Amino acid sequence: MFKTKTKVIKDVKVYSRPEVGLTILLLGCLLLLLSIGLAISVGAAKIDFRTVWEAIFNYDSSRETDRIIVSLRLPRELGAAVVGAAFAVSGAIMQGMTRNPLADPGLLGLNAGASLALACVFAFNLGSSYFTVMLLSFVGAGVGALLVFGLGSMTRGGLSPIRITLAGAAVSALLSSLGEGVAIYYKLSQDLAFWTAGGVSGTNWTQLKIIVPVALVGILISIMLSRQLTILSFGEDLAKSLGQRTLLTKTILMTVVLILAGAAVSLAGAIAFVGLLVPHIVRFLVGTDYRWIIPCSAVFGSVLLVLADTFARTVNAPYETPVGAVVAMVGVPFFLYLARKGGRKLS
Amino acid sequence: MNAQQVKRFRITVITAAMLLVLAIIISIGTGYASLTPGELFRTIIGKGTQRENLILFQFRMPRIFVAVLAGMGLAVSGAILQSITKNPLSDPGILGINAGAGLMIVVYIMFFSVESTSFLYILPLFALAGGMVTAAIIYVMSYIKGEGVEPTRLVLIGVGLAAALYGATLVLSTRLEMEDHAFMANWMAGRIWGDDWIFVLSLAPWILILFPIVFMKANVLNTLTLHENVSIGVGVNIGKERILLIIIAVALASASVAVSGGIAFVGLMAPHISRSLVGPRHQAFVPVTALLGGILLLTADTIGRVILDPSGIPAGIIVTIIGAPYFMYLLAKK
Repeated sequence: MFKTKTKVIKDVKVYSRPEVGLTILLLGCLLLLLSIGLAISVGAAKIDFRTVWEAIFNYDSSRETDRIIVSLRLPRELGAAVVGAAFAVSGAIMQGMTRNPLADPGLLGLNAGASLALACVFAFNLGSSYFTVMLLSFVGAGVGALLVFGLGSMTRGGLSPIRITLAGAAVSALLSSLGEGVAIYYKLSQDLAFWTAGGVSGTNWTQLKIIVPVALVGILISIMLSRQLTILSFGEDLAKSLGQRTLLTKTILMTVVLILAGAAVSLAGAIAFVGLLVPHIVRFLVGTDYRWIIPCSAVFGSVLLVLADTFARTVNAPYETPVGAVVAMVGVPFFLYLARKGGRKLS
Repeated sequence: MNAQQVKRFRITVITAAMLLVLAIIISIGTGYASLTPGELFRTIIGKGTQRENLILFQFRMPRIFVAVLAGMGLAVSGAILQSITKNPLSDPGILGINAGAGLMIVVYIMFFSVESTSFLYILPLFALAGGMVTAAIIYVMSYIKGEGVEPTRLVLIGVGLAAALYGATLVLSTRLEMEDHAFMANWMAGRIWGDDWIFVLSLAPWILILFPIVFMKANVLNTLTLHENVSIGVGVNIGKERILLIIIAVALASASVAVSGGIAFVGLMAPHISRSLVGPRHQAFVPVTALLGGILLLTADTIGRVILDPSGIPAGIIVTIIGAPYFMYLLAKK
């Protein structure tokens, strides 16, 4: 009798490895710096590492390479890093909160909602400042999430992870069709295609000044709430019995998800699968404690997107390949693996 | 079928056929360079002016035929897939078969020109190859030994695979020339671009050959919707019949999307509406599905054309705006 009880408790115990987590986090940061350095040095104008270093820490506007680095390459790579971190963290939060291993802002309709909002911004001239654009894509992401989760709560007994993913696919199809329709009607599909498929290519310092603080605040809040998220990931009943105000926690976390996804889409367009892929890899490395999962996800999301963007930029130079497509081609096999493996549990 | 069912079936078919004719008349009568019903009648009996003849026989008729035939093909393909997978959410677009066909079309355009005439007959074959390979991958991926094919997993894997194929198509299409790229973008949005008689000729044979086979297999389809043991019990060679029917479904979908563009949700909606009208017996259900599919796609194309004259909003977008909420409704209802 007692034996079985301890066994149950052992199963529930947080599977956390702080030393490993710290190592992974530090390694990740190092990897991120390296990949940003690599990303800056490759491209149409080849620049060696030393020059990159010089340009960033000893900027001289009379040198051409310095101008290329600081006005073109650096903002682009920082943009990729921020977007990657934002998508990965929002994916991690959604996976923990909904206990759905297939959760990802791209799969659950958030990105499509934000893209629709972008189409509306262009079509109706809603705002020229980047801040308004970001705010509206945040609203769009909210509409997407509301539709998917509303559908989930309308169904008796809630939707299983697989069904909610399907609902997400349908909502995404609907919202992106609406967006495409708006774009074609107002003859701006090319602008929009440039925006959504262009990834982080057009990032400038003005955009970064707005998005970086927003993303950092979002990630910080989620790190602060990561303990609560870990408890929530064991199930809502358990969280409640441990004295957590689950509704409040969930509301704050969902807001953070929307802010992060909306900000990321407003900069780089809808990129799916980053939020799916990264938390799974990180969880495999550092365990199920979200105090480690969230910061590590942020770092590895950045690494993934910086590398994917560099690949997208160089594979078919001088043309840009949509970075979303590159990520999808890595992410989908993984998605298929999850869907196949978890088929029994998920439905 | 008992007498009441027969009567119900007849009434539904006649109503649907009348609706289809009405949709055709409306489609001719709306938009840029339209014909009023009176002018239309005059033109049909051969007394139209040169302008009226040109509009009807060169501009409107081919496009209407393509829309109706493609709608029928997609709808019946969806009906077959739904019955075989026993999954009410199946549709060639949702399952990623369209995406596979789209990838092969991009590959074709990369190596051959859009302009040559032989292209219209070869394109469906390329689309078919893409659709077949995709269907095979989905089937193999969702098959787990001892469990068979679990319906929701099948759809989920299709959705995921569609995303990957779409990504690959996007990557390849960035390498295309400007004009070819515009063609591909329109194709993916589901614009009915085939508006010449040649396109009708490249699609019609597929429909004319495959539809009779499907009607002949109606009884097999009836038994396949039951439990496997029952189908075996009444003497159906499940493995063989299932593969044959899947090939037919994929062929119909691929041939349709090759000329109509990537259109989803027609194959989802038409079978559902038709099932609620005439019941699940395939003898009655498949013909009604075909008629409804034709009506749906033609209406969507007309709406898209009217909203934005003359370039139009792709029919695929209109269909998705109607179809996605329907899909969600089906999800929530189950």
